[in-house]
Amino acid sequence: MISFSREQSALGLVFAFLGGALLLFIIAPIAGIYWDSMGGSMIEAIRSEEVRDSIWLSLWISMAGTLLFSFLAIPLAYLLARRSFPLKGVVNGIIDIPIIIPHSAAGIAVLGVLTRGSLAGRAASAFGLKFVGSPAGIMVAMAFVSIPFLINAARDGFAAVPERLEKIALTLGASPARMFFTVALPLAWRSVLSGLILMWARGMSEFGAVVIVAYNPKTAPVLIYERFTSFGLKYSTPVAALFVTVCLLIFVGLRIVKRKV
Amino acid sequence: MLAIEDLSLHISGFQLRNIRFSVERGDYFVILGASGVGKTLLLEAIAGLRSPQSGKIHLRGRDITTERVQTRNLSIVYQDGGLFPHLSVHDNIAYPLKSRGCKELDGKVNHAALQTGIADKLSRRPDSLSGGEYQRATLARCLAADSDIFLLDEPLSSLDAKSKIELRALLRKLNRGGITMVHVTHDYEEAVSLATKIGIMENGALVHVASPAEIFRHPKSEFIASFVGIKNYFRGTIRAVSGSDLKEFCSNGIKIYCLTEIPAGEVFLMIGPGDIMVSNEAEAGSARNRFRGVIRDMIPAKLGMDLIVDVGVELVATISSDARKSLNLEIGKEIWVSFKASSCRVYA
Repeated sequence: MISFSREQSALGLVFAFLGGALLLFIIAPIAGIYWDSMGGSMIEAIRSEEVRDSIWLSLWISMAGTLLFSFLAIPLAYLLARRSFPLKGVVNGIIDIPIIIPHSAAGIAVLGVLTRGSLAGRAASAFGLKFVGSPAGIMVAMAFVSIPFLINAARDGFAAVPERLEKIALTLGASPARMFFTVALPLAWRSVLSGLILMWARGMSEFGAVVIVAYNPKTAPVLIYERFTSFGLKYSTPVAALFVTVCLLIFVGLRIVKRKV
Repeated sequence: MLAIEDLSLHISGFQLRNIRFSVERGDYFVILGASGVGKTLLLEAIAGLRSPQSGKIHLRGRDITTERVQTRNLSIVYQDGGLFPHLSVHDNIAYPLKSRGCKELDGKVNHAALQTGIADKLSRRPDSLSGGEYQRATLARCLAADSDIFLLDEPLSSLDAKSKIELRALLRKLNRGGITMVHVTHDYEEAVSLATKIGIMENGALVHVASPAEIFRHPKSEFIASFVGIKNYFRGTIRAVSGSDLKEFCSNGIKIYCLTEIPAGEVFLMIGPGDIMVSNEAEAGSARNRFRGVIRDMIPAKLGMDLIVDVGVELVATISSDARKSLNLEIGKEIWVSFKASSCRVYA
């Protein structure tokens, strides 16, 4: 046990007070929505089919987008961790763009690519696929703003795997693909899983980009916004409390699972 | 079996220059050099993990310079961290077998584990193994890979003294069993206790390739001499002396008493040139080893002078110029040399 001097103890107290104030800053608004939703209004929200459908839509579309885009993101993350190539710094910068631009602007950018007039939109229409105002469009908008979380976490995970182990696998007769799936990916799995969880969580709570690409069908954040603008705080708070509860339960559950992996 | 021809390789901070050597089947070839001279780079180039800028690598009579890593059938063992940490010892050993689609995994894994003395640890995770067990498991995996050449990159550096002795014995056993070893190290004790042939590496170049005796007794350069740091090196057998705590070392008809915990068997003995006393008469004292000999040569050293004294074998004694004058030493003169049993260093 480290013994602290009186000055150090005083500093510790000041830091603890500042940290406590910050924790309160996070906890208080969330506790507030539960306080405001007491008295049966949250149960009413659970009974509402529209609310249940919006939450379910948010969850599964974000999950589908996360899984679909992981097939592109994980190989890219591995390349970024292991290979040197021209303009690698630029590529790393491009990956972070969705984090730094306003999400409404991200929505407009995605919409520009997916409208029927665009090349991608026309190609999708030819296959009978519609993006704007559809779950597919919501999925693309969610993935656009949340994919950096997966790529960055997976890249850091792969970079932390000793390159030596990959070399050894090759000398032991493994093909590069076998090496990747039996050594690199399992050893980076904890970080990749973190990235998947973050991408999923970030995607399902996205509002700005989603509302521009597809107002309908309504995801939970869009429904909360609509109830707020149409009926006020009293009607939007129970939906918000319910969605926050679902998000927290999933988040805590996945953290427990991740710890056991 | 393995021939390296004028291999050159540059990589950030390291370079190999015109490396040339050959290793015959059954050789134990040790590359000895200070840290950072490019020893690991050389092993990785042989294994195919680095592409040389020039030069050729021939293996089993074939040019493998550009051949894929997977088909070279060379196993590499690093200083530490070579086992896959997410797999059990069993699955680590089975890894090369699965890569090649082998059947009867368990039988082959058990056989490799028995040979390296790790059969009782198959269900363990690598992080629960001691340093010695860890390297045994690594060697078992190389055996399972059915490689006939092991590339060893300082495999004993992280081990305690007891494990080092045990692992050296295992490496010698595997070598006697037909596995050719290419072993890089900065530890001259390791080199002399294992090598049938030693290559000295300096600044990315292999400056001297010879037998251990040749390297240590007739170093070709000041670097080698200063690097190996020892001149009186003998290979022989040791046995206990009844009624005494001394051991008797025999080599080429000469008997030397030494103090060591190493049991009877084949050993290597070294005596520091500064530990050898020189006198004109046999002197009584605590030195258990006294020999009469003839001065064959007198070589000026960085500090003082090295006397080459023939006592049946050649001993090197470093003395001061002042001692040379007062004892009136000259080439051809008969003198006495003596040294304590405790100044003999013995390595299994």
